[in-house]
Amino acid sequence: MFDDFLVRAGLAGVGLTLATGPLGSFVVWRRMAYFGDATAHAAILGVALSFAFGLSVYVGTVAVALGMAVTVATLAGRGHAMDTMLGVLAHSALAFGLVAVSFLTEVRVDLSAWLFGDILAVSRTDLAVVWGGSAVVLALLIWRWQALLTSTVNEELAQAAGLDPRRERLVLTIALALVVAVAIKIVGALLIAALLIIPAATARQFARTPETMAVGASLAGVGAVVLGLYASLRVDTPAGPSIVTAAACLFAASLPFAGRRA
Amino acid sequence: MHLISAENLTVRHGGVAVLADVDFAIRRGEIVTVVGPNGSGKSTLIRALIGLERSATGQVTRLPGLSIGYVPQKLHIDATLPMTVRRFLSLPRRVTDAAAAAALSRTGVAGLETRQMARLSGGQFQRVLLARALLARPDILILDEPTQGLDQPGIAAFYRLLEEVRRETGAAVLLVSHDLHVVMSASDRVICLNGHVCCQGTPRVVSAAPEYRALFGLGTGGALALYQHVHDHDHDQDEGHGHDHAHPHAAHPHRHDHSHDHSQSKAADHV
Repeated sequence: MFDDFLVRAGLAGVGLTLATGPLGSFVVWRRMAYFGDATAHAAILGVALSFAFGLSVYVGTVAVALGMAVTVATLAGRGHAMDTMLGVLAHSALAFGLVAVSFLTEVRVDLSAWLFGDILAVSRTDLAVVWGGSAVVLALLIWRWQALLTSTVNEELAQAAGLDPRRERLVLTIALALVVAVAIKIVGALLIAALLIIPAATARQFARTPETMAVGASLAGVGAVVLGLYASLRVDTPAGPSIVTAAACLFAASLPFAGRRA
Repeated sequence: MHLISAENLTVRHGGVAVLADVDFAIRRGEIVTVVGPNGSGKSTLIRALIGLERSATGQVTRLPGLSIGYVPQKLHIDATLPMTVRRFLSLPRRVTDAAAAAALSRTGVAGLETRQMARLSGGQFQRVLLARALLARPDILILDEPTQGLDQPGIAAFYRLLEEVRRETGAAVLLVSHDLHVVMSASDRVICLNGHVCCQGTPRVVSAAPEYRALFGLGTGGALALYQHVHDHDHDQDEGHGHDHAHPHAAHPHRHDHSHDHSQSKAADHV
């Protein structure tokens, strides 16, 4: 059944949402949306470098995304105006990446596949990488869950209890870089942050605890993948943007429930 | 045996000494109130005692394995984070339903388990924070202005609760308050801080005095007391804290070497 490209696409999307649900919830709780954008946009530079040096795209994107995430996290610790700093980094990373890709004359890079994803072209190897990467991220988050959550509620509270909020920030940074690397083929660098944030925001309307929100975000993500792929097949729209469009529609549909959470 | 002690503690924020040469120690079961005007370094002191703040000079010593129950000054739970009271009590260590219920009941907010943290009133929120801190079976409770936003009966009730907790668990209590003159009557010691330790003493419990009644009414059940600042040193660098200017309250019945111009100065000066 892995022979069917649509089945592979669906499985890749579902695999990704295992990680994006919980991780996206943290991105929302900690107001890291722009941070996610900067990391994801940097991945294009990773793609260009991978091709230039003949590396695996996954290795290149993880390395550059991690570099960007650590840079941003370090700058944040020094008290720069984060909003501006992230705006500078997110967009210049993307621009540098695009310029770097244009220098690659020997290999032809289908830029739109990396910007918007190419989920329908997911191979068996990609599928294994997506599920493997998501499983690692999910395991990491589950392992650190209590500490991550305490640091998210209040860093001083965490520190007084003997936890190290900096370490928990690093865990999230690594998880984010991994998710960016495995998601870039599916939704593309421009829309990864959307897949993190929109399902989590949808789940917020119904959730009463952090855990239900994380699981709900994964479910909303699965719904978006299924609906997006279906729409893509029926009306021949690009798959990645269709998935994000479906996620946005689910979010809009969740809004009337906003007042009901007690 | 001191649970936490500080010697010659100096903490700088960007070159400015927020705390200078502070000596501090708290023993098991002791209740210590730290008072001081805004910006006097109260929060910095307790942050340094907990280990959240690095000292420029001096040393902070905590008993090995010390369990601290910390109630921070501000705890804002982001609106995007769904959090029931029950779930909050299990951070960072998971506790049983029975233990959670007992802690809530101990702090006077039984049955709040399923409520969202963001929907609690100020007083309920403080009691839930205290319940969470108690679940760690602390050797010492450290509370940074826990009564902010509470009215006077609310403050008195919260102080009574702390006193009961101390009696039952033997935990020391370190409390920070910006109220310079009205303190928790059960305090064993009051420390007045203004970048350095200005003075220390015991609160003055005068609940029988008619002036006290006029000040607090009868609803506070003796939980509040007055603290009289008796400074025995000069503040040669303290602008705005002139101790040798003409004393405006010359007719004080009590010993009061000099007056502060603390903005929050209360009628307590006249008791």
